[in-house]
Amino acid sequence: MKLCKMKKISRRDAVFMIGAFGTSMMLPISTSATTKMVSDRIKEITNGLGAEESDLFLDLPEIAENGNQVKVSFEIDSPMTDKDFVKTVYILADGNPAPNVAKFNFTPALGSCSATTRIRLSKTQNVHLLAAYNNGKFAMTKSKVKVTIGGCGG
Amino acid sequence: MSSIKPRGKVPKKASVDEIIEIKTLIRHPMHSGRMKDKNGKIIPKRIINKFIVKFNNKEVFNMDLEPSISTNPYIAFPFKAKESGTFDFEWIDDNGEKYSMKRKMTVS
Repeated sequence: MKLCKMKKISRRDAVFMIGAFGTSMMLPISTSATTKMVSDRIKEITNGLGAEESDLFLDLPEIAENGNQVKVSFEIDSPMTDKDFVKTVYILADGNPAPNVAKFNFTPALGSCSATTRIRLSKTQNVHLLAAYNNGKFAMTKSKVKVTIGGCGG
Repeated sequence: MSSIKPRGKVPKKASVDEIIEIKTLIRHPMHSGRMKDKNGKIIPKRIINKFIVKFNNKEVFNMDLEPSISTNPYIAFPFKAKESGTFDFEWIDDNGEKYSMKRKMTVS
């Protein structure tokens, strides 16, 4: 059926149509997490308690030229003893297709609470850091990253 | 896939109560399920979703990875040296494959 129709249109039109079709395929899937999705996720993790904004050390570049490889490191002041340690650290992003980025599960054996990894950021956005302590308390901080070329594909 | 190769840097020697830094990297495409190939077809999602570290068979650290983690995941974390032993690192792929690596450390 399609082939029959194609024969009736001129070659120039056909080329144009193929071009247009190709361009439409290139369009990104425009779904992204929102600030609300991140705050909902924080509520979910903290069982509705929310987390206090505190000065956890979150190191991110102010401007990321390439959103495919953004280095992120954090350090949380904690004695990391059996009685007092950071259990879990979440990294959340409010402009990526999904809010979850990474979840780190720490144990007192590490002696200190810090880690480094590389993440993808699809556009300029806030990166949130949420720490869960073994005593049931939570702390969080965020940092804005300007992204020149987005990651995540699309 | 043979192209997936874990790498790690752990100090061979450490002193008691010293906090060392462990660096790991695994070569993996981390397909987020959103990128397209040359023909415009979506490449199916395939990522490393879990990273587990054991020291002398006791789990000391683990991490859940999401599609927002970059290609060739790099992970660095601290560890407090107390006794000599072996680290077992394990990465779990979406397709169920596991990649592992061992590193020895002497504490004096």
